[in-house]
Order: sequence, then C-alpha cells, then structure tokens
Amino acid sequence: MHVSAKMSGESLYIFLEGELDEYSARRARQEVDAAIEAHLACRSVVLDLSGIRFMDSSGIGFLIGRYKKLKAVRTPLYLSSPDLAADKVLSVSGIYSLIPKL
Amino acid sequence: MKDTMKLEFTAVSANEPFARNAVAAYCLRFDPSLDELSDVKTAVSEAVTNCIVHAYAGGQYAEGARLVCISCTAEGDTLHIEISDRGRGIGDVAQAVEPFFTTAEEEERSGMGFTIMQTFMTTFSLDSAPGAGTTVRMSKRFGRPQGEAAPRGALADAR
Repeated sequence: MHVSAKMSGESLYIFLEGELDEYSARRARQEVDAAIEAHLACRSVVLDLSGIRFMDSSGIGFLIGRYKKLKAVRTPLYLSSPDLAADKVLSVSGIYSLIPKL
Repeated sequence: MKDTMKLEFTAVSANEPFARNAVAAYCLRFDPSLDELSDVKTAVSEAVTNCIVHAYAGGQYAEGARLVCISCTAEGDTLHIEISDRGRGIGDVAQAVEPFFTTAEEEERSGMGFTIMQTFMTTFSLDSAPGAGTTVRMSKRFGRPQGEAAPRGALADAR
C-alpha cells in the first residue's frame, strides 16, 4: 500500500495505491491519518482510489473510520475513481450514502 | 469429473493475498470474466479475514494450531469452496450474518463480510458452533449473466 497526498485549492487529495485488505489496512490508516493531520486546515478531503487494485470489507471499515474522524472536525470526505470491482464492494456496503463519490 | 485443490496455512494476515490469489489461479480453468474472478477473490478474502481476525482471538492454541483450510472443487461450470478453521466458533450464527453486525467495532470493522460473501457468490452457507470452529461453504457458477448488486441501506451507526 502506497499513500501520497497533495493540496489542490482548499481540498486535500490522498492517493491510495495497492491492495486494501486486513493485511494492508493498518498501514493505510496510519499514513492517511498522518496526511490528514499534516493538512488540518483543508476544507475537504478526497480519497482517490484509482490505484486500488483490490478491496474487501476491511477497506470499508477503514473508510468508515476516516469518515468518523473527519466528521468530528466537520470536514467532508469524498471518494474518487474506484475501479469496477472496488465500486461493487462500495455500493453493496452502502458507503456512498456516507461518503459521496465525486 | 470432480477436481480438487486444498490449501492449509497459518491464520495471519500476511497470508490473505496468497489465499485469494491461489483460489483465483485455480478458477482460471473456468475462463472467468474479470468480474467473476473479482467476486471470488473478494469472497475468499472475507472468509479468510474472519478466520484471522475472529476465529482464534482470545484463545489458547498450540503452536501450529491456528490454521485456515481452503478446499476447492471444480465441477462442470461451478466452483465449490470450503473455508474452515478450528477456532472458537460462532454462538449466534443468524446474528453474525446480519449486515453491519460486528463484535469489533472499535477496530474499525464494517460487519459486511458475510453480506459480501452472500452477494458475490452463487450459494453461501455457514456452519459453526462454539468451540467447534467455523466452516463457510460457497459456490460460484461461471458464465452466467451478472445481476447488479442491490445497494444496501444507509450506515446508520456511522451517522
């Protein structure tokens, strides 16, 4: 799992690359949370999933965790560019009702 | 003719990618679509995650006893998969398979594992009892038109 981040305007874009499962979720949590804490002034956060090659419900748990943390500081979270397989997992779990897809 | 494959490995998360990719490689005989292959990989990952996260949690097990066993059988156009552990088992199976039910919410678990297995595979069943381990049986019939997965309701707990 590789995580990178950049500011664009007032939004923080976080790019995830690799496989998001139980094995990789812990590291993804640490790195994404560190990126968010380094950019606390941002108005919104976008998680770009275009580099995710596999995701299961451990990824859903990871996303809900980030949603809750950002909700506590009133920062909206969005998802961007999941592939068809990740989109199916996201749709089945109803996550888009919490974290809209751009 | 039936054709079988068995895998047995230690219940640690580093083995998750290996497990789902090994089953995916076995599936190539069915000439699966990418969608079908992805469904099987995801369902296997969910079942194996349960074995790793829940089956042996909090118990005393001998060195080498924390094992996950995957058995695959190819029969015609159908893959049958059994994924089993010898861990603590599940007391309330009906509750365990409910969407969003989890015993480990503080660990950021979604409680969607069994729902995904049920949705992505053609058949699904769960056999478990306290102290007797858990066996998940799933099948996937290849070459069938894929229906759209029905979106679930809102994640009420997280609101």
